Amino acid sequence: MSVVSTGTPLAGFNGRQIVYSALRRPGLLAAVVFLLIIAAGTSWPQLLTSYNPIAADPLQAQLPPSAAHWFGTDQLGRDVFSRVVHGARYSILIGVSAVVIAAVVGSILGLFAGLARGIVDEAITRFLDVVSAFPDLLLALVLISFTGPGTFNLIFALGVASIPRFARVVRAQTFVIAESGYVEQARTFGLTPAVLVLRHILPHAMAQVPILATIGLGTAIIGAAGLSFLGMGPQPPIPEWGAMLAEGRNYLRVAWWIGVWPGVAITLTVISVSVLGRQWQAAFEGRRQQ
Amino acid sequence: MDVENVTALHQAPIASLQGRFSSIRTTLLSQILGRIGSGIIVLWAAITLSFISLHVAPGDIVSLLIGEQIRTPAIEAAIRAEWGLDEPLIKQYLSYLWRVLHGDFGRSYVLQTDVATLVLSQIWPTLKLTGAALVVAVVFAVVSAVATAGLRWPRRIAGGMELVLVSTPSFWLGIVLLFVFSFTLKLFPVAGDRNFAALVLPALSLGLSLGAVIGQVLREGLERALEEPFALTVRSWGANALTLRLRHGLRHAALPAVTLTGWLIGNLLSGAVITEQVFGRPGLGKITVDAVLGKDLPVVLAVAILSAFIYVVLSTLVDTLYLLLDPRLRART
Repeated sequence: MSVVSTGTPLAGFNGRQIVYSALRRPGLLAAVVFLLIIAAGTSWPQLLTSYNPIAADPLQAQLPPSAAHWFGTDQLGRDVFSRVVHGARYSILIGVSAVVIAAVVGSILGLFAGLARGIVDEAITRFLDVVSAFPDLLLALVLISFTGPGTFNLIFALGVASIPRFARVVRAQTFVIAESGYVEQARTFGLTPAVLVLRHILPHAMAQVPILATIGLGTAIIGAAGLSFLGMGPQPPIPEWGAMLAEGRNYLRVAWWIGVWPGVAITLTVISVSVLGRQWQAAFEGRRQQ
Repeated sequence: MDVENVTALHQAPIASLQGRFSSIRTTLLSQILGRIGSGIIVLWAAITLSFISLHVAPGDIVSLLIGEQIRTPAIEAAIRAEWGLDEPLIKQYLSYLWRVLHGDFGRSYVLQTDVATLVLSQIWPTLKLTGAALVVAVVFAVVSAVATAGLRWPRRIAGGMELVLVSTPSFWLGIVLLFVFSFTLKLFPVAGDRNFAALVLPALSLGLSLGAVIGQVLREGLERALEEPFALTVRSWGANALTLRLRHGLRHAALPAVTLTGWLIGNLLSGAVITEQVFGRPGLGKITVDAVLGKDLPVVLAVAILSAFIYVVLSTLVDTLYLLLDPRLRART
C-alpha cells in the first residue's frame, strides 16, 4: 500500500496548516478529540473507568445515572459507562478489520479488472454485480448463516460484503486514469507499460482508497453494531455496543439508560469518522467544504 | 464559458449521433432490452452462487440443510430425495434452477414447513414497512433539499442534521423513538403491526437515514443545476425561485438521486430486518434472523434470492427510467 503516498498531491499536510485549519473548524477539532478519546478507550479502557465491565452485582441493578455510575447500571448491576468504554475495543476493531479486508481485496480486484480489461474485467465486474445484488447486510447474514455467529465470523462477513464498493471505485478510477490525457501523453514518450502502470496509473487509481475506507468505516461500524444487535456478533457478556443495545431494548420501560448510551457512543464515533473522512475528501478534491 | 466551448459541447453528441439518428427508437428499445437481459443474468448468477455456496461450504450438505433440527434417518432420506443428492452434480444444479424458477425453495427442516409459503406469508408486513420508509425518505430529502439548497445557513443546519441522521444506526433511532413516543408519551404502540399507528415509528427510524443520504445528493445536484445557464434563462422568463427549484432544478437534480434510490432500496429491505426486530414486528426480518441463528439455510437462501430479485427488478426499472428521463444518455453506447 506504500504506493498510495507516492506522487499523490495530498493537499499540503504540514503541521502548522493542520493547527490553523483545526482552529478554524471546531467541528473537525471536536471529531479528532473524540476519536482520540475512543482510541484511548480502545487501548487502555482502565484509564477512563475503574469498574469491571463484566462482573455482575445484582444489588446495584438498574440504578439511574449518578455521580458514582455516570451512565447508570444495567439489569445485572454492571456499570454502563464502563461497558461503553470497554465496548469501544470490540465495536471499533470489528469495523476497522472489516474495512481493511474490504479495502485490500477490493483494491486488488479493481486494479486487476481495470488494467486487464477484456474478459477478465468482464468476469470480475459480473461477479461484483452479482455480489452487490444482495444488500450488504443481507449478504453478511447469508455468510453468517454458514459460519455461525461470532466476532471473527462477523468481521469476515462484513468485510466480504463491502468488497464491491472498493473494487468498483478503483476499477472506474483505473479506467479513467488509463484513458486520461496525461497518460496518453506519457505513452507517447515511449514509457514501458510497467512504468506507466506503476508510476502513473496505480498511485492515482488507489489514491481515493484511504478516504473511501475512512468514510466506509462509519458504515462498517453501524453495520457491525446492527449485526451484533441481532445476535450475530460477540456473545454476552462481551460489552459490544450493538449487543448492549439489544439488551437495553428489553429494559426500555424501566431503565432507558441501558439502551441509550451505547447508541450515543456509536453515533458520535460515526459522526467523527465521517467528518474526518469528508474533510479529507474535500482536501483531496482540492476544494473547501462550504 | 466562451462561445467556442459551447459550440464544441453541442457538436460532440450530434456528431456521434448522426450515424444512427434514424434508428434512435430502436436504440432505446435495444438498450432497455439489454438492461433486462443483464438483469436476468445477474439473477441467474445469484441463484447459481447460492447453489455453489451450499456445495463448497465446509461440512456435508445434509447437515447444512438440516440446520439445528435433530438428524434422523427419515429426515436425511427426505433431504436426499428432495435435493437429489444421489444424482450427478449437474443434474442437481439444473433441478435446483428449475425448482427456484417455479418458486419452489424447498422445505425448511427446522420449521417443518414449505419455504416459499413461509416467505410469502411474511412478505407483506416487510413490503409495507419498506414502502412507508421510502415515502419518509423521499419526502424528507425533497423538502430538505428544496428548502435549503444554495442558502448559506439553512443548508449548514440541514447538512448537520443529515450528518447526524446518516451516522445514527437506524435501530438505535428506533429505540430512542420507542422510548420517547411509546413508553414516555404513549402516542404509539410498543410492538406489533395492528394498525397504521404501529407503522409510523418503524418507518421513521428506517427511512430518515436513507432520506438524509438522498437529501445530500439531491441538494448537491440542485445547487449544481441552479448554477447552470438554464437557471438564468428560466429566471429571465419571470419564474420565481420556488418554481425554478421545483419544476426545473429538481428534474436535473433528481437523476443522480433516482439511481441512488434504486440502490438504497436494497439496503432499506435489509435494514428492515433490524427495524422489525426493534419494534417486534412480524415480517421477513424475523424469519431471516431466526433462520440465520438456527442455520436454516433453505430459508436464508430463499430470502437472499428474493431480495436479489427485488434488487434486479428495481435497478432495471431505474436504469430504464433514467434512459427515458435523460435523452443525453441514449447517445452513449
